[in-house]
Parts: sequence; structure tokens; C-alpha cells
Amino acid sequence: MRTTRAGVGGRKIRGRDLRASRFRFRFYKKSPATREGGCQALCVVEFAVVAGNKMEFSGVKRRKPWLIGDQRKASYPHSLQFYLQPPSENISLIEFENLAIDRLKLLKSVENLGVSYVKGTELYQSKLEAEIRKLKFSYRESLEDEYEPRRKDHISHFILRLAYCQSEDLRRWFIQQEMDLLRFRFSILPKDKIQSFLQDSHLHFEAISEEEKNLREQEIIASSTSLGGPKLELEYVYKIPFADALDLFRGRKVYLENGFAYVPLKDIVAIILNEFRAKLSKALALTARSLPAVQSDERLQPLLNHLSHSYIGQDYSIQGNAGKISLDQIDSLSTKSFPPCMRQLHKALRENHHLRHGGRMQYGLFLKGIGLTLEQALQFWKQEFIKGKMDPDKFDKGYSYNIRHSFGKEGKRTDYTPFSCLKIILTNPPSQGDYHGCPFRHSDPELLKQKLQSYKITPGGISQILDLVKGTHYQVACQKYFEMTHNVDDCGFSLNHPNQFFVESQRVLNGGKDIKKESIPPETPQPKQSAQKTKNASSALASLNSSLEMDMEGLEDYFSE
Amino acid sequence: MEPFDPAELPELLKLYYRRLFPYAQYYRWLNYGGVVKNYFQHREFSFTLKDDIYIRYQSFNNQSDLEKEMQKMNPYKIDIGAVYSHRPNQHNTVKLGAFQAQEKELVFDIDMTDYDDVRRCCSSADICSKCWTLMTMAIRIIDRALKEDFGFKHRLWVYSGRRGVHCWVCDESVRKLSSAVRSGIVEYLSLVKGGQDVKKKVHLSENVHPFVRKSISIIKKYFEGYALVGQDILENKESWDKILALVPETMHNDLQQNFQKHHSSLQRWEYLKKAASQCPSNIKNEKCGPWLEWEIMLQYCFPRLDINVSKGINHLLKSPFSVHPKTGRISVPIDLQKVDQFDPFAVPTISSICHELDAIFTSEVEKEENQAESDIKHRTRGRLIYGSVTLTQAFYIDILLSLQ
Repeated sequence: MRTTRAGVGGRKIRGRDLRASRFRFRFYKKSPATREGGCQALCVVEFAVVAGNKMEFSGVKRRKPWLIGDQRKASYPHSLQFYLQPPSENISLIEFENLAIDRLKLLKSVENLGVSYVKGTELYQSKLEAEIRKLKFSYRESLEDEYEPRRKDHISHFILRLAYCQSEDLRRWFIQQEMDLLRFRFSILPKDKIQSFLQDSHLHFEAISEEEKNLREQEIIASSTSLGGPKLELEYVYKIPFADALDLFRGRKVYLENGFAYVPLKDIVAIILNEFRAKLSKALALTARSLPAVQSDERLQPLLNHLSHSYIGQDYSIQGNAGKISLDQIDSLSTKSFPPCMRQLHKALRENHHLRHGGRMQYGLFLKGIGLTLEQALQFWKQEFIKGKMDPDKFDKGYSYNIRHSFGKEGKRTDYTPFSCLKIILTNPPSQGDYHGCPFRHSDPELLKQKLQSYKITPGGISQILDLVKGTHYQVACQKYFEMTHNVDDCGFSLNHPNQFFVESQRVLNGGKDIKKESIPPETPQPKQSAQKTKNASSALASLNSSLEMDMEGLEDYFSE
Repeated sequence: MEPFDPAELPELLKLYYRRLFPYAQYYRWLNYGGVVKNYFQHREFSFTLKDDIYIRYQSFNNQSDLEKEMQKMNPYKIDIGAVYSHRPNQHNTVKLGAFQAQEKELVFDIDMTDYDDVRRCCSSADICSKCWTLMTMAIRIIDRALKEDFGFKHRLWVYSGRRGVHCWVCDESVRKLSSAVRSGIVEYLSLVKGGQDVKKKVHLSENVHPFVRKSISIIKKYFEGYALVGQDILENKESWDKILALVPETMHNDLQQNFQKHHSSLQRWEYLKKAASQCPSNIKNEKCGPWLEWEIMLQYCFPRLDINVSKGINHLLKSPFSVHPKTGRISVPIDLQKVDQFDPFAVPTISSICHELDAIFTSEVEKEENQAESDIKHRTRGRLIYGSVTLTQAFYIDILLSLQ
């Protein structure tokens, strides 16, 4: 593994302001077979990462010219691919980050849709297509000039590999979503394009001759659930070693003869997905092994770490609605518009007149996010703690400092942002005597059931929620809770943040009168917008729990003008 | 046949391992032609010794090493495990995580106990000639699938020694199969699903896969003799109520009444078949045809496999030619050409075979007084292996190997 740097250290080199160093890292994939004989670079990923505006390259030779016309088409002949070859071109750090974030948004949508709708149904397909189109990734073969979306698809996949190869859980999640995405794209591929796609992807599925097909026609039809009657004449049938068709033969969904599976075209998808999963799994393992060298680069390390943990989107720290909530509203708001995690924290606070540190952080920041001012917060907590026979002086000495600190009025003066769902679910699990955390993640299913019953959720809704919890889809379970308590069929948003729950709830209850925070739409970064976006992104990244936090100082300076 | 007394095992085993165990064929099998270096040396064996002492990770350098160890330890039971990345008897010296099971034959274990809910003659570890037909059908169905559907060529079926059969699939490619594929194969071969709390264990879809169809035609050959006569599954109300539990409730009254009128399981079954294939007008979405009849036949006759035995590459299974400590019977190979005639009660026990050996030896000594004892021993052992009825099964290993 080698990383080379040119022009390290200073901002200015020979009088030219190059906005910090330009460097290149090569990413060698080692073949395990050759590990003893030395490392062979099977493929090379070269990202030349440059700060700021990538147009400012005076005097530096461009690595790769822009492709024109047919060259562009040739490099990405299909709207989908197996990601066998890593990209090798230069991109800016900003584009690197944007691509990664966009793909992450896409994969999270894939996950969400896959849980909220039955995969393969029309509703699912149309919603997924809309998502892909919105984020400007490739999906349809027939559209003209698909170069940009396909390129984006290609590069972003490889970037996310770097972030998601690091643990078994991350790998499993990544592979699952990529498979669902591929399955969708393959399903809308026109039949005449399938053969050429398979060929171009070097998949050697041999179609059998007419006579061979006729000999086995009855058996093939009887085995395949996706076929019916005379259609067999039109279909290709492929002969594959049975072990390559595991998902088909284990459920007796394919005809086996003498160690071969006779697979009609329709069922080839299952096999292709299997191949894809196997290849991706291997690639991720290889990537993980090569990762230390990549991570040693301080510019990429925080980005990659945070991609797998970060919340992407609004951070609800902008206090546009500060002061709009009065303290006496909180009790009723807690049952109407608070997500269950905050509802339970509020209830515990009212009942015990106390909350431990974890609960105070999670709930306190949430209250700030919904609009409590510092003065209101101080009053709110003091009132409640005094009821618990706390000495007012002790409160002033011990607790008020912390409240002011969390509003950014003490110490480092960092204005802490309310916790996102991911952060609540993944970090600092509650123990005995704690009320923070995510009820869907951290509550015993029986207790959760009781809680939901006390919230007057219907038994049907409760069982749906419990199923989602069983499948570890905690945020979707919370969305379901939203739908049940607000009497809507579709909550209409993808839940990522407790304050988002509150905002959406208020919108439903008040008919949209609340101020909506515009989330920055993903666009090809132009200088101004990209700076804005990176600022948001980096502040979102910076808001993470200190235990997860890398030292962001260097990176933030790096991004600022 | 000599009665078997477990207390005699130590003495009997000593003789068995010295004079009767077919080491040459056994080694030839597990060595697989010596093509892959250290294949035999990396194979795990486990021994169960007297007083239930169990030792794992045994491995041997060659045939003579195997012989010496077995004669020294006198194991009550021998299991065969996987071929590992290193010699199993040195596994403690290997770096953590580096000692891995790499290859093993694909094995199946069919146990009569799994059929307790559908056999009336015996239960638990008991078997009789009536219920043994279940094993016959199982062997036919599974073997056909392994051969015709999966293309496996080298299949060895072995009597387990008490209440079931094992199958060893030894093809080179099969030994390399992953755990996932092995599980998949067992799934493909499974039709009877559900434990004690599930009444109806077989559900067929309208599309009947060729594997199911072919299995049903095999069962049809045995069903009358086994189920209707031998097991007499429709003999009386108590027994036919169990069948009715597998049939839609709307048919119950009609069947109950008509069963009373008939006098034998055969007649009742004919009636049930007719009633089941008629299109029931009041039940929505119910298939019209033989599915119900087939589902009952399958529940009563179709093989039941233990997936845990087959899916793990490192799973240990009783070795062929091992002795069953409780029954004394030797795990002998089963001749597929004569599977219908196989009689588990005619399988030699270790006492009978030792007795036979003694008898031959004594008669030989009487005949040839001048020959050295060792010569006679050598000759008689050869004769036993190739001539005697009891151990001719050893030559099935030759057939197995000759196909390679």
C-alpha cells in the first residue's frame, strides 16, 4: 500500500495558493492467491483529492480528459452494473463527499421502502424509481445520455465500500441494500437487453438448445412457479451447475437433472443476485484488509467513519422557532407530538422529578430543538427538580451550568445539536434507572407492548410495530407509531430525528402552519452551494457524540474559505 | 445367532479389531487414491472408549498407524469427522482460528424415532420388520434424488446398527460443498415439516415438482403393503381419526360414516381417495384432484432427515463397520440392488461374527495341523472377508472405490 503526497503541509507553494495539498492515494486490491508470491495490483483506484474548487489547477496537468460522446457511452454501456472495476479518475473532495452522501440517502430509501412496502409490487417499484430519479442515479436503459448518472452510480458505490466494509453489521446492511437496488434495476431491464448485459458482465450462463428444452419441457414447467404453459417456447432456459442456483433449488423452484439446474430466464435474477452478493462480500473483505492505509489519511478517515454512523440531513439546531413554545404546553405536546422516546422521558421526569445525565442530555437538547429558550429551559428543569425536594442552590450550582453549556453559553461554546435517531439507537444504551434511548430498540418487547397499549394504539398497529422491531427496523416502527397516533395512512417522511417527528406532527395537527426548515436539495455542486452544503455536512458531522468524534479542527479549516 | 452381551464387548472388540475390521478397504476409501496430500492424515476420527470416555481430534499417519491405535484403544464406537487444515491430533499447536474443517463427505442420517407419530407398531428406539419399510422407502427416494437430480455418483448407504440408516456421498466435488449448499440439499429433500404441535405436516402446491412426483410413485409401490396392511392405518376409529386430522373438516362426517361401513383399511382408503379427489363445492380455493391423497401418503411414508447432521462440515458421524454398543450390530453397508431384502435383524452382531471366526479357525487348525498358526490366521481372515456371508459387505467399499 502506498500513499504519495505532493506539496504537503503549507497552503502556499511557490507562491501559488493551492488550497492545501493535493494528494493521491492508490488503493491496491490484493488477490489472496498471490499473497505469498507478492502483491499484485489487480486494480487501482486513484482518487486525487483536492481542496476547494477543482477548477483551480493552474499549471497542473489534468489526469484524464473529459470523455466525449461515444466514449462516454462505451464506458458505461448499461444502466446497471456489478461494480467489478473500480473507478480511476480524479475527483474533488467535495464531489467525493457529495457522491457518498447521495448514495447513502439512496440506500436508506431502499431500506425504508423495502420495509414499508412489499418488494416488487407496483407501488414499491414506482416509489423506488422516484427516489433514484430524485437523487440523479441511473436506472433506466432507454434514456439518452445516461453518462453522468451512471458515473455517479459507479463512483459512489466504491466510495461507500470504503465506509461499509469495516464491520460485519455494516457489511450486511450494505450488501442487502445494494442487492435490493440491483434487483429493482434488473427487473426493469428490457428483455432484449438482458442477454447483452449478461455477456458484458462476463456471466457465463449457457442457454440450452430447442431440442434439449423440448425434452424437458414438462419438468421445467412443473418446477418453475414463474412460468405457465406455452410461454416456454419464448423463454431462454439456462443450464447451470446446481450449486450456483442455491436459492432456487433449495425451495424446489427449479428442475434438477444430473447435477444441473434448468433455469428459465425469469428465475435467472435470483442467481445473478447470489453471484453479486458473493462477489461483493468477497470484495468488502478485501477492502477491509486494505483499509488501514486509506484510514491513515486524516482527510478521509473522519469522512468514512462518519458516513457509516452519521445522520444526514437537518440538525435542528437552527433556532428559528425559539420562544414559540410555552412551558405549560409541554405536557399536552408530550402526548400529542413527541416521539415515544421523548414522551417517556417527559413522563419519567414528571413522575420522579429527576432524570439522570443521559436522559437530561437527550431530552434537554430535544426541547431546545423544539424551541425552548435557555431561560425557559432553566425554569423548566429547576421547577421539576425542586419538586423532587432538591435544594434550589444545589440546582444552580450543579445542573444549571450544564444546561447553559448545552446551549452553548459556557466553556467551548459549542451549540450542541439535538440527538438524531441513529445516535440514540447506536450509542449510550440505557441501564437500570435510565429512561433515555429508543423504546423500540431498548425496551423489552413485552414492556413495549404494554406501553403502546397504554398509549391506546390498536392491537393491529401494535403487532405491526412489534414485527418491525423484530426486524430491527426501529425508525420505521416509530413511523408506524406516528401513523397510528395521527391517524394517517402514510406518514410521508423518512424518520431520522426526534425533532423531525415533532415538526411533522405539528404540521399534521396544525395544517402546515409551522415553519418548515428547507433541507438543502442534492445538486451538482457549484462553488457557492457546495460551500454551504459542506458547512452543513461538517457541522452535522461535528455534532456527533464525543466518543465517536474525530478531531475535526483540521478538516473544518480545510473546508472554510 | 449368538446372543449379544454388552459386558463381553471388551473381549469381542479386541478380536474384532485384530482379525475382522477391514482396514485395507477402509483406508483405501478414506485415502481417496492419495491424490491430495495429507488427506487421510488430516481426517478427524473420534473414539468412544469403555465407560463412555470420549476423545476427539484423533488422526493417523497411515493404515498401519490406524490399525495399531485402534487395537490399542479398543474403541466402543468410532466416528468419522472432517478433513481439516492441519492434523487434528496437533490442533492445539495451531494458531487460533487457523485450524479449520475443510472438506467432508455429504452425509444423511435417517432415524426411525422421527417417525413415531406415524408408526403404530413400535416407538422410540424399537424397530420391527413392519416399520423397517420406512427405511426402504427412504433409501429409494433419497438415493434416486441424489443420483438422478444431483448427479452424485459415489453413494454408500449403511445400516446404523440400531434404528436407522446413514448415507455417505463421497464424490470429490461433493466433499468440497459449503455448509449453505448442504443445507439447501436437505431442504430440497424435505417435505414433512412441523413438530409435535403440528397436525398436518405436508402441504403440496398445485404445481408439483418432479422430485415430489417421482417420490410419490416410489411410495405408491409400497403403500398398500406397508400402510394399509402392515400398519393398518385405517383399522379402527382411534387410528383413522389421525388421518381425518389431515383432511378438511367438511369431509369428516361423510368419511366417519362410510368408514364404519367398510371392513378393512384397504377399502377405507379407496373410499377416501374417491372422496378426496372430488371437487368440494363448499370450500373455496381447494384443489380438486389427488393432492390430499398424496399429502397423506407423504406424511406417513416420506423420509425425514435431520438437517443438523448434513449441514455441518465438521459434524461427526458413526463410521461404517463400527459396532453399536447397545445392540452389538455392525454398521454394514446396504446393497442398493437388494434394498427390499435387507433385514436389520440378520445383520451380524459382533458376538456372532467372532463366534463364526472362532469356528472357522478351529476347523482350519484341525484340518492343517502342520501349518503355522499365523498362516492360518492370515488365510482365514482373507476367507472371511471375501468368502463368508457375514462380512461380504466389506466388498461394497471396493465397488465404491472402483467407480473413482
